[in-house]
Amino acid sequence: MKKFLGITLALVMALSAFTGCSSSSSTNEANDNNTTVETEGGSEGVMPAIAKEDIKIGVIHISNPAEGSGYTYTHDQGIVAMQKEIGLDDSQIIRKNDVADDDPTAIETAMLECIEEGCNVIFATSWGYMDTCELLAEEYPDVIFSHGTGYKSNGKNFNNYFGRIYQSRYLTGIAAGLKTETDKIGYVAAWGKDNSEVTGGANAFAMGVNAVNPDAKVYVKTTNSWFDPEGEKQAADALIAEGCDVIGQHCDTPNPQLAAEAAGVYGVGYNSDMSKDAPKAVLTSTIWNWGAYYTYAVQSIIDGKWTGENYFGGIHEGLVDLAPLADFCAEGTVEKIEEEKARIESGEWDVFTGPIETNTGEVIDAEGKGLDDATITGGINWYFKNIVEK
Amino acid sequence: MDMFLNIFVAAVLAGTPLLFGTVGEIINEKVGHLNLGVEGMMSIGACAGFMAGYVTDNFIIAIIASFVAAALASLIYAVLTVTFMANQNVTGLTLTIFGIGLSNFIGIYMLGKSETGTLKLPENITAQMRDIHIPMLSDIPIIGKMFFSYNPFVYMGIIIAIAMGFYLYKTRLGLNLRAIGENPAAADAAGIKVTKLKYINLIIGGGICGIGGAYCSMIINGGVWISNNVGGLGWIAVALVIFASWKPVNAIWGSFIFGALRVLKYYIPKTVFPFPNAFYDMLPFLITAIVLVITSIKQSKENNIPESCGINYFREER
Repeated sequence: MKKFLGITLALVMALSAFTGCSSSSSTNEANDNNTTVETEGGSEGVMPAIAKEDIKIGVIHISNPAEGSGYTYTHDQGIVAMQKEIGLDDSQIIRKNDVADDDPTAIETAMLECIEEGCNVIFATSWGYMDTCELLAEEYPDVIFSHGTGYKSNGKNFNNYFGRIYQSRYLTGIAAGLKTETDKIGYVAAWGKDNSEVTGGANAFAMGVNAVNPDAKVYVKTTNSWFDPEGEKQAADALIAEGCDVIGQHCDTPNPQLAAEAAGVYGVGYNSDMSKDAPKAVLTSTIWNWGAYYTYAVQSIIDGKWTGENYFGGIHEGLVDLAPLADFCAEGTVEKIEEEKARIESGEWDVFTGPIETNTGEVIDAEGKGLDDATITGGINWYFKNIVEK
Repeated sequence: MDMFLNIFVAAVLAGTPLLFGTVGEIINEKVGHLNLGVEGMMSIGACAGFMAGYVTDNFIIAIIASFVAAALASLIYAVLTVTFMANQNVTGLTLTIFGIGLSNFIGIYMLGKSETGTLKLPENITAQMRDIHIPMLSDIPIIGKMFFSYNPFVYMGIIIAIAMGFYLYKTRLGLNLRAIGENPAAADAAGIKVTKLKYINLIIGGGICGIGGAYCSMIINGGVWISNNVGGLGWIAVALVIFASWKPVNAIWGSFIFGALRVLKYYIPKTVFPFPNAFYDMLPFLITAIVLVITSIKQSKENNIPESCGINYFREER
């Protein structure tokens, strides 16, 4: 019996060790190398048009959209916006919530249920759904599969969509750089240098800071998890203890903003407008308007212009944006952000245009051609010069 | 010095939810029940505490609600394992899954009813659970910050741990409880009411876990509701029981050490020790393994797991 107990305890330990790190292996958003083609306007469609009344959309969510701030909420807001814009009936949209993205059977079941119920378009919003989409796209050539935050496509009934969120981060960096008084800005990142999406975001934020305040440093702490409520709060607390007075974040919970509010400093939220969680702290938030893509995609299906190519929208397409600025932002913030936003929107300049100096002294894109999309999504593994890894 | 002070404060704050979970689990294991449902009971406590606080705007009611709700969850476990002799491990794991699910379900339901799309605790209760400030004491440099400026949960946790230590080792009831955990048949023969005591202590232990859950939802998340807000801390508490060698008072420093290990990665400058974060994530479990090895080499009955922990007591079988 003693032996049995020993085994049980060992199991418990193994389990607790597992829960301790398991979250670190789940990857919710894109971090892989890819080639993306931007799709603008009216090229020839590859799928027959579907009349507005006949369209039926299945949405696969990783958690529950009722969740106030996070990833799924913003996606679902996009679906709602699309529904309003195009004028679809409630019965034309089916949602499957809480579909774990590391469980292929569950994903397949959820999608097959949608098809069973007559869906001819499926939006899969999380990274892990990609391979199932690819397989089912072959099996059901009449159904359009559109997968978020990945990179694959078959040029026909399966594509991926993602956004240039770094453009918005650059702009929020301006608000942070103008606000800071200690010239120390904190940044709670989900992953370290090996994750190009997170690192690129941190760099864009830091470049925004640098554009208005060359003396400021950006302190980055990583939690090694997309979702770690306690870790995210602790990281923010540690940054504040080191003297940071603006806290940016690339992680899922509003905890860094709440920590900032409790300490009487400021912050920049992410995913959705976090000022509803921490109204006294949030200067602005980096936000997704997934509705821009969903509306575009569904409209192109109705018009028979669906191309099956990958989509990589930015500020210009309205896919990414920043939340309304708080009235306690530093003076001149609005003007400066407007100016930079116009520059990005016009397309004459993008954030990752060199020469960019890294914090190890290297120079990226010395010729100033601008990084290509494949590098932006998969190849940013360096920190900008004013970033201090903590 | 500043860095040390910051780590100390952060460690205490990170250790507090673990302290509740650990003390609760110790009571359960001491009475002979390996309850793997800590995570679930904490989740239920987190939900009940938060929702009660949200609705009533009263800190005391929130704490009581978290205790009662988790105690009820523990009662399910007690009925199944004590009366119906169900397998303790399976029941505990089920309780975890159930607890997390129920907590998220209620959270989502309440979110659906809120107008702003977010659940935030009202002002009054937030003020009540803010860090305390004792005139004079809290103002002493360093010492004041180290000992006299935490939120009320921290002191509650320490008081509960000490009280439970006293209960287990200094009272007759505690002696009976420990006897049941070591050898329920002998305890039964000595006239101790085994079933009744098992029920009572399982419920108390569960309730204490629940307060730890309330800490997660109310303090860690800054008073805004998030699903899965306990985030695996319950499992760490189960490991911590071994680390504390089944003594509630040991759990105090044990949980603060674990708390320190969890926050070290945010405070140790990467320039000094260039270890990846994963190294720090591993530390608590590595240390538990070492403690397990050491205690099994020492073979001291005193610091070992209660003899009959994990085995259901079937009276007719003795």
